[in-house]
Amino acid sequence: MAATTTVSSASPIPGSRSFLGRLREGDEIARLITFLFAASVVVVTVLLVLELWQGSALPRHKFGLQFFFTRVWDPIAEQFGALPFIYGTLMTATVSLVIAVPLGIGAAIFLAELAPARLSDALEFFIDLLAAVPSVIYGLLGVFIVVPLMRDYVQPALSNTLGFLPLFSGPAYGVGFLTAGIVLAIMVIPYIISVSREVLLSVPRDQREAALGLGSTRWESTWKVVVPFARPGIMGSIFLALARALGETMAVTMVIGNAPTISASLFSPGDSIASVIANQFTEATGDLYVQSLIELGLVLFLLTFMLNGLARLLIVLTAQRGGGTAHA
Amino acid sequence: MSPRLRWRKFVSGFMLTMTGVCAFVTVFVLFFILGYLVYHGGKSINWDFFTKLPTPVGETGGGMANAIVGSAKLLLLASLLGVPIGFLGAIYLAEFSGSKVAFVVRYAADLLNGVPSIVIGIFAYSLVVLPFKHFSTLAGGFALGLMMVPITLRSTEEFLLAVPRALREAAMALGASKWKTIATVIVPAAYRGILTAVLLAFARVAGETAPLLFTAFGNRFWSPGWNQPTASLPVMIFTYAVAPYEDWHRQAWAAGLVLLGLILVINIVARAILARGIAVPRA
Repeated sequence: MAATTTVSSASPIPGSRSFLGRLREGDEIARLITFLFAASVVVVTVLLVLELWQGSALPRHKFGLQFFFTRVWDPIAEQFGALPFIYGTLMTATVSLVIAVPLGIGAAIFLAELAPARLSDALEFFIDLLAAVPSVIYGLLGVFIVVPLMRDYVQPALSNTLGFLPLFSGPAYGVGFLTAGIVLAIMVIPYIISVSREVLLSVPRDQREAALGLGSTRWESTWKVVVPFARPGIMGSIFLALARALGETMAVTMVIGNAPTISASLFSPGDSIASVIANQFTEATGDLYVQSLIELGLVLFLLTFMLNGLARLLIVLTAQRGGGTAHA
Repeated sequence: MSPRLRWRKFVSGFMLTMTGVCAFVTVFVLFFILGYLVYHGGKSINWDFFTKLPTPVGETGGGMANAIVGSAKLLLLASLLGVPIGFLGAIYLAEFSGSKVAFVVRYAADLLNGVPSIVIGIFAYSLVVLPFKHFSTLAGGFALGLMMVPITLRSTEEFLLAVPRALREAAMALGASKWKTIATVIVPAAYRGILTAVLLAFARVAGETAPLLFTAFGNRFWSPGWNQPTASLPVMIFTYAVAPYEDWHRQAWAAGLVLLGLILVINIVARAILARGIAVPRA
């Protein structure tokens, strides 16, 4: 195969078709037109980063790094600090991962290692569809199912049993960090299952057979051989889920309670970066207020950018590892 | 059997059962919420929902006809922007570009794909809403179109690259110019995949709410032309769900069912197109 001439390469066979010839046949025009469209993707992306950077010039100069450590968000006094929102974003994302990671990975192991191929594929189809459900629908279900459930049953039960922990103390409003985290968990589980199942399936068969041949039980071969082999990819799926949880707007906005508080209690209403932008952007008056919200957007952008990059790297690494060993 | 082996077998059986429980719990929760939505949405939906305007606050009845039309207009604009850029950009990547340019474009597309939707909203706001000085269908369509670009681009490229090289070589050996090869051989060979990619991108942005909040905004009346704020189904669900009126909640459920139905149908159709006679294997 390596000897085949690359037809799709940019350089034509010398002498066979001159530049004018290619121009007449339309190749150069097609090339230019498609190039413009491809380049517009890069232009738009650069413009987006630039717009966020310039759009947040005022608060960046006025507050500097203090912006990230101030817990006051007072539009009337023109005091803007991002701390409550960063706290809320991290808190809800953590809660969601604590719930979604064990459930998602457990389910992925079941689908990849135990379930018959047909059942596994059928469930995967269903799970892919769930990943397509828009977040506002999860928000809707959160408002009318999860919030009442939390307020009337889960939160009282938790504070009765584990109330001595600051995490589970305080009045049960229904809305708050915990509720937002649970709704987020339901949203990101399909992502974790889908990617983890894929990387688990890419682990070469002989790894399993070798472990079983050495006398390990089914679980030992799964947990001590297959899962470690797929670990980078599974980590990748978790980072992907985390990036999604951090950037999620609607579902969180609808159930988090919308109050810029920092509280150790998971029952407390809060605010995340995305939810405060969603709630206040259209009402914001004054340049400093609007630009502070844009700076929050910039923070969110950078966070998800780093996580997505890391996730992709890990998934690619696992794929290479699986392929490499299979051929060796 | 030694006690140690018995213990190991017990652990194995127990943990494997637990993974089954995880799968069951997850699937159950997901089935439950969908069932709940279908039940409540089905109870709340009626003919008025599709044909009437929202009533003033406090009056019951009315529908979301304006939001349905608004969503359709927004999605039309989004497709007009997102599909050509994604499709033609992918042709450049797969057929014309050198590896360096391709890397930059792919990187930009992946970056754009990972941008949280609310940040896309901010971008569209400062690029389209601010210069025009008001919220509009145009701005909302721009935001959604922007989100369609990376999804369409990346999957279309993948399907183009999967077209066997022999097809290209055969066409070029017959003397076809390059663009003719692309237009008459390569794209037709990959059209199922491309159609699937476009449909999935469409379904993805159809439910997006956050980028519309401060671009298309909302409207309780018809939105004539393209330069007025407009209602859309996802934003209506949000506004109605968090409002304190019983009748609005009912309509939010109905809107949720309609939106979800649309998105799931598009998803299933897209997958069926791809599965029915795979002309091109996935890369």
